[in-house]
Amino acid sequence: MNRKYSRKKLQEAGQGYFFMSPTLFVLACFILGPIFYAVFLSFHNVRLLGETAYNFVGFANYERVFDDRRALIALWNTFKYVIIVVPSQTILAIILAATLNAGMKGEKFFRIVYFLPTLTSSAVLTLIFMWMYNREGLINFGLESIGLPTYDFIGDPNIALTAIMIMNIWATAPFFMVIYLAALQDIPDSLYEAAELDGAGPIRKFWSITVPHLKPITSFVVIMGIIGTFQLFDQSYIFSGGSGGPDNSTLTVVLLIYQYAFKSLDTMGYATAIAFMLAIVILVATLLQRKFSKEENLY
Amino acid sequence: MKKKRSAGRVILYGILCLYAVITLIPFLWALSSSFKPLSEIVSGAITFIPENFTFDNYRQIFIEEELFPRWMFNSVFIATVGTGLNIIFNSMAGYALARLTFPGKKGLFIIILAVLMIPAQVTMIPNYLILREFGWLNSYQGMIVPSMINATFIFMMRQFFVNFPKELEEAAAIDGLSRIGTFFKVVLPLAKPALAAQAIFVFMGFWNDFMRPLIIMTDSSMYTLPLGLNTFKGQFVSYWNYIMAASMVFTLPVLVIYAFFNKYFIKGLSLTGGK
Repeated sequence: MNRKYSRKKLQEAGQGYFFMSPTLFVLACFILGPIFYAVFLSFHNVRLLGETAYNFVGFANYERVFDDRRALIALWNTFKYVIIVVPSQTILAIILAATLNAGMKGEKFFRIVYFLPTLTSSAVLTLIFMWMYNREGLINFGLESIGLPTYDFIGDPNIALTAIMIMNIWATAPFFMVIYLAALQDIPDSLYEAAELDGAGPIRKFWSITVPHLKPITSFVVIMGIIGTFQLFDQSYIFSGGSGGPDNSTLTVVLLIYQYAFKSLDTMGYATAIAFMLAIVILVATLLQRKFSKEENLY
Repeated sequence: MKKKRSAGRVILYGILCLYAVITLIPFLWALSSSFKPLSEIVSGAITFIPENFTFDNYRQIFIEEELFPRWMFNSVFIATVGTGLNIIFNSMAGYALARLTFPGKKGLFIIILAVLMIPAQVTMIPNYLILREFGWLNSYQGMIVPSMINATFIFMMRQFFVNFPKELEEAAAIDGLSRIGTFFKVVLPLAKPALAAQAIFVFMGFWNDFMRPLIIMTDSSMYTLPLGLNTFKGQFVSYWNYIMAASMVFTLPVLVIYAFFNKYFIKGLSLTGGK
């Protein structure tokens, strides 16, 4: 590289910083700065009333999690939610995409219909489902009319989280379906034709050609799913009116962070510590998933 | 396509139609409830076509509920201004990272990629304290400024500009346009498809955001629609007709945008979809 600072180079550097200036400002003020601030907060007790005061407490905020019954419940709920929702929505997305890709008429129509939940905000979806989950609502009416038992979806601690799971699988699968659809179009038809000549049926073709070819996309979809599901908040907040109830059954880690940060006094540092732990859990889950799918690719 | 195994086709259509019905029912049910008078709602009868069709619910939320139009304005204002700034700033940053040489460029690019991996919850609490210090809680700029750039779309725009033909810019430079002039008059207009895809996703992000306004907006007149709807629910626990009407009003703009920009959605998905 030329070591001289020619006028042209200086000018270009100036233009570069000019073009980057809004980004630099937001990065410094609202992303990088806050990350360091968060590290600081997580080691302190923060008092907001009157003069803001910070009290250094070392690792106490991190240790506190293990004695906190609600934190353990939130973690368990979130974990259950991730383990059930991520595979379900991924499988549903693959099936929908493969079905839609089979050269059916009206593909466009189905695509538009399926995309509706992705467009709609979580707040609206949750409200619509609460209306349908009502004691005398549409879903119980449907269950009753085909002779199945009805549930108190919103008030019963044994079923409230499941109700949110069903709603979110329904709402998220079509989004991933669209991503799969793009990938399916890249699988050469000749592969299917060859398999057909060898006498493979549709199910065999799906397992031996479609699924293996979709592996990189599946990896991406699962990672996105993990990141999204670990951060569940809107739905459980609206569903439970912010409490995580009934009986902590819809309490998620992010809802707990919110409660400790903004709804109770002097626990902001603790909330930040939980947020860091959540970030680490997400990171580890993502890396594990990556490693796992890479090893599989070797075979 | 080839005519074969019509039984298989029937099964496939069966799956597609069944899932279409499963998807549509909640929306149709909400839409139909929004046109029913309360008496019909509480009667417990399950009908998709309202017996006494009425616009009263819509009239009620727009006229009797003073705050509803205000929430709507807040949402529109924040989402539009926020999207506009994002389009300009993300493109500028993406352009600089793709085309210009300046010290620290590589490091910045790595930072932007790293930022993509940090969950919002980590910065949420410090950001609240910073906005509080700025006196920006309960304000439009508190919602807009921290989100006026987006790492995902900076990255996307960089990829776009790397593959962008240089000759056009050189021609503009020969015609005497400055770099900034070239960018705004030549480069940006040619980047319209990428900008449209970006705009849709950023707009939806602002429009549907629940958590950030929940934290930042404390005064009910500053609420955005998702927050407003949520308090609405508390206020009218059993008036599901109003809640559903408000939900429909909230959903409509996104549907209209989608209908107009359908193809950019798919493009944006494949751009963000890691392909």
